[in-house]
Amino acid sequence: MKHLLSIEQLSRAEIESILDRAESFAEVGRRDIKKVPTLRGRTVVSLFYESSTRTSSSFDLAAKRLSADLVSVKAAGSSVEKGESLKDTVATLSAYDPAAIVIRHPYAGAAQMVAGWTEAAVVNAGDGKHEHPSQALLDVYTLRRRLGSLDGVCIWIVGDVLHSRVARSNLIAFAKMGAEVTVCGPPTLIPRGIEELGCDVSYSLDGIEEAEVVYALRMQKERMSESFVPSLREYAACFQIDTRRLEPRQLLMHPGPVNRGVELSGEAIDSPQSLIAEQVAAGLVVRMAILYELLAGGDASTPAAEGEGSHPTPIGTSA
Amino acid sequence: MSAKREMLTASLREQLDLRPGEDAHLVLRRATVLDPVAGIDSVHDVVIRGGEIAALASPGEAETDGAEVIEAEGLHAFPAFFDPHVHLRTPGHEHKEDVETGTRAAAGGGYCGILAMANTEPPVSTAADVSALREQARAGASVPVGFLATVTKDMQGAELTEMVELREAGAVGFSDDGLPIVDAGVMRRALQYQHLCGGNIALHEEDPRLSMGGAMHEGPVSAALGIGGIPSVSESTMVARDCALAGYENARIHVQHLSAAESVEIVRAAKAAGVQISAEASPHHLCLTDEEVRGLDPHSAKMNPPLREERDRQALIDGLCDGAIECIATDHAPHQPEEKDVPFEQAAFGVTGLETAFAALHTELVLPGTIDLALLVERMAGGAEPFDLPRPTLAPGSEANVVLCDLGAEWIVGEDGYESRSANSWCAGRTLTGRVLMTVAAGQVAFRLRSFSLGVAA
Repeated sequence: MKHLLSIEQLSRAEIESILDRAESFAEVGRRDIKKVPTLRGRTVVSLFYESSTRTSSSFDLAAKRLSADLVSVKAAGSSVEKGESLKDTVATLSAYDPAAIVIRHPYAGAAQMVAGWTEAAVVNAGDGKHEHPSQALLDVYTLRRRLGSLDGVCIWIVGDVLHSRVARSNLIAFAKMGAEVTVCGPPTLIPRGIEELGCDVSYSLDGIEEAEVVYALRMQKERMSESFVPSLREYAACFQIDTRRLEPRQLLMHPGPVNRGVELSGEAIDSPQSLIAEQVAAGLVVRMAILYELLAGGDASTPAAEGEGSHPTPIGTSA
Repeated sequence: MSAKREMLTASLREQLDLRPGEDAHLVLRRATVLDPVAGIDSVHDVVIRGGEIAALASPGEAETDGAEVIEAEGLHAFPAFFDPHVHLRTPGHEHKEDVETGTRAAAGGGYCGILAMANTEPPVSTAADVSALREQARAGASVPVGFLATVTKDMQGAELTEMVELREAGAVGFSDDGLPIVDAGVMRRALQYQHLCGGNIALHEEDPRLSMGGAMHEGPVSAALGIGGIPSVSESTMVARDCALAGYENARIHVQHLSAAESVEIVRAAKAAGVQISAEASPHHLCLTDEEVRGLDPHSAKMNPPLREERDRQALIDGLCDGAIECIATDHAPHQPEEKDVPFEQAAFGVTGLETAFAALHTELVLPGTIDLALLVERMAGGAEPFDLPRPTLAPGSEANVVLCDLGAEWIVGEDGYESRSANSWCAGRTLTGRVLMTVAAGQVAFRLRSFSLGVAA
């Protein structure tokens, strides 16, 4: 695997290999010294054209935990504001000979284009409304830890599917791992033809009791000017996941940041069945695994720098 | 009878503008001559002299009489093509194209005439704009060019341009192409005014409130890619509106670049009901579907209207066959790399097409047996009549508008560069079968493939 551009391009075996690797990094995270020398001397560039808290901080920390040199570039305050094109920015940063470029961009296909312009491994940290593969991997990781396997598990993805890259990547990833996926939301926020990705479509929460996992999406308040729904109040009345609608056996997930009181009630967020905090924790180890897989995965001997005791024991020997 | 005679003597040279040159004096020896409209389909020596098709002689028997002789055995001579939808980008965007490069590209693709769209910068909205462009064409156009003027001032969609004066200055017709005329009241007034000023009105049909800034066809592929969709109904509802308005006002419209099955159906029904409407389809919509967008390459797959689904493509082919669509138009839309080397949604809409239209359609539709060669030849020249221009023909005595093709020649698009100033061809890198060797436009040699050996003057 040279780049991580989309979940669509990954096989189930490749997904499992990354998750197995993440398990080994979880073990590292429980040690006093949480750093391994795997990527010592190598450079990771993180290039964010959109705001991000979880994704950018966890990729940055993942690179540091792997001992890489990290260059973080945010569009705000960089030459992007002076009108530099993506292609020129990538050419500039490629001059540092980075091992990897982690990119978030507001438009679909940006990471794929960057992969054509640089020698570095490219990680898609979100491209427009297209894909967000590292989010899907960390969500599968979280569920796998909790449920063991996703085979036959019924998952409902609820909310603004139209504008959500998380919905797209997750529904593809969940389906690849054997889950049965239903996407649910108001008809104005469900893209026409989404069922061809291999999911069912529901325009109401009727039937959500069949779900073992409820994955709520962020309602993008900024899009309300286009009146996709009459009001957030009516949206919440129809689609908010609260403890009344959520049965105790059901697990609740959300990619964050949450609009409390819109897509989720505060009570549901803080309930024991909520996996939201686990998702964030999973983000770090899964992103370490992604960088490892791309930059060192092809050579199993690389992580074990001489005499270092803190390198992870690879679990997935298929890597 | 007299009307027919008039059609034959009418010429693109008289009605459009080009750089004056020497009349060709050629004999295309033993060419396979195909002009389905004139009922010609046999091997002839084609004699071109004095700006006309002087004779279609029996094979091998034409007097050379000082002409350049081209051994054309096994090659095909067709009426040269006419494209009613080209963006020459001048004034304002000469870094993409201009009259000289755009007409060279047209000649290279076998065209003997083109119509240039008015969505330039500034748009072609005044008589002075039209006069200046015609002057440029007389100085540098390889093939006859006609210019459309905008329907509304500066394409704002609000006030009509001075359409009478624009016609007097030589505007062939009108179009706000690039943008729809959103206001139905403005559209209606333009159609009413057509009874005074004449000239067909070419329409880019799109309801912007339905296309909502989308970048590709709305359907399963856009759902999978997370790219905003341009639904088929954004086109078809506007086509239906304008068919109704044209029928009501007894006016004439030309619907540009049809892309959706529903639109073809509406045009067909309107024609059956007697509405004066003509329609065009572009080579990329006839050859590709939205599956092409999965690669997220803006060079080959981003245009407006967007590539749609297979059922739409089939409907366009059906429309081409039954005459609902009378012509093929390239919507040749040159762009520079910096407008295309960006993520899909940010990239400019449009692809070039003049140099590849015939070869692409021959390769994709004729060779697999989807349509006949004769139908393709007829539709490639079908864009003149909707604008009251003479259809190119090989009938003896008519203006010499001839394209000579080698239907067996394979070539890789872009391998030898382009005549156009821009390289955003939707079929760059593809191997096509069928190549234009030579184009005679308005009696003049407009193009000759460099590798095509010159005949020997007798």
